[in-house]
Amino acid sequence: MSAATDPVIRFEGVCKSFGPQHVLRDLSFDVPRGKTLAIMGPSGSGKSVTLRQIVGLMQPNAGRVLVEGQEVAALDRKALAAMRKRMGYVFQEGALINWLSVGENVALPLRENSDLPDDEIRARAEEKLAMVRVEGAWDKMPSEVSGGMKKRIGIARALITEPEIILYDEPNAGLDPEIARAVNAIIRELSENLDATAIVVEHRIECVRAVADEVLFLHEGAALIQTAPAAFFASEHPRLRRFFGTDEGPPDRTNS
Amino acid sequence: MNRLLYKFVRNQGYRLDLFLQTCLRLGAVVERRAWIASSMISLGLYMTHVVLFVGLFMGMIVSLQTGIELSRIGQQDQIGLIVAISMAREMGPFITATILAATSGSSIAAELGTMSVSDELSALEVMSIDKVKLLVLPRVVALAIMCPLLTILCDAIGILGGGIVATGQLNVGWQLYSETAIDALRPVDGWFDLPYDVYAGLLKAFVFGIIVAVISCSEGLQAKGGALGVGHATRGAVRDSIIYVIIANYVISQMLYQL
Repeated sequence: MSAATDPVIRFEGVCKSFGPQHVLRDLSFDVPRGKTLAIMGPSGSGKSVTLRQIVGLMQPNAGRVLVEGQEVAALDRKALAAMRKRMGYVFQEGALINWLSVGENVALPLRENSDLPDDEIRARAEEKLAMVRVEGAWDKMPSEVSGGMKKRIGIARALITEPEIILYDEPNAGLDPEIARAVNAIIRELSENLDATAIVVEHRIECVRAVADEVLFLHEGAALIQTAPAAFFASEHPRLRRFFGTDEGPPDRTNS
Repeated sequence: MNRLLYKFVRNQGYRLDLFLQTCLRLGAVVERRAWIASSMISLGLYMTHVVLFVGLFMGMIVSLQTGIELSRIGQQDQIGLIVAISMAREMGPFITATILAATSGSSIAAELGTMSVSDELSALEVMSIDKVKLLVLPRVVALAIMCPLLTILCDAIGILGGGIVATGQLNVGWQLYSETAIDALRPVDGWFDLPYDVYAGLLKAFVFGIIVAVISCSEGLQAKGGALGVGHATRGAVRDSIIYVIIANYVISQMLYQL
């Protein structure tokens, strides 16, 4: 297999439990280089747990998570830090540091981990904020911006180190349709322009349609299907039809 | 029972590790000076009025309680010395540390706990940002500096409070009170040749400041489970800080004043 077609991220029979609760059961999938994989599934199906294992925030109980051929759980602290520097992670609520301004939040990874001069860091942070269309908010505090802006600032912060892999945890959660469309357009644009490999965890169909090259559906902790969006949404699988709400007629209002 | 013991030992290990990790990063103090200064203001300076208020009344209480007994044996003229020594050696550092545990310690635990439950700490980890250098070091250094400074204020206002009671209720003249109090703490030979009790009190305050900051940071960083977890962290920070301050107080007193 050539380097270009090697999977950037590979899950091999991953199991993860929290006490008696089995969240992931023998989960296996690949994400090819430069592609965007959307992971769908009902709430509690282990989508966020899957993402957290890629960056080493959680370790599997069994199986392996490989990033660029390296097993994440086997990396020492230094190697894990080096691997994380090549990744960007967009958290569900943005996870902005609440006592730093918007600009300082975006600049933080470079301030802490690079020797770049201040003006260079600021220029890069402003460029990333412009990419996600949040100009002029440098001095605002996270509490002063809307949920949609927080999410876009979170994306800008994830991009500041120019990562090769970007992980999005429910980028549309809590956003109105208009803002959600704008965020999806940004994700698509970044995938095309930066040629980054991405995983988007989301259960909104519109988001998945807009951003994904492939879709993986998680069912009871395992991959039920991994395919192109067109085939995914056309699938006749009863579990998917139930998830989309297309297995029954319109809701009966006469009994309510 | 075993699980509780394991959790207790693990928690103490985490705190010790956090303290050692902070010591290893002391070289970054200059780089972090702006955040240290800001923490000194928010965690120390803003608590000055509480320290002054409580210190004043503690001095009055010490003066009243000991003064009543001393007046029975006709020794009330020694009240200034007793209040001064009690405040400098014991009451000042302990009261200041308790106030800082209840105010700044709870604030540190709540702040870091909220960061923990809202994924901000995970975000720092994913960005390979050193949490100890960013969050713990400025707070520990700030309280290690502010606790002794506030203790000096607490000592001074406590001695003043003691004087108010001594002159108003115990019929001890202000001049006699202030002379005996000042004599007890007067520099012997130059400004830095202060009596042993003053240095003992300041050493205690320095150690107490570090204890409060490390315990509060450790509780905040380990918070889990939403608002409830933040509540647990805050409660744990105040409770454990006070317990450790009392233990440390005994250990330091034993070391400095052993017979």
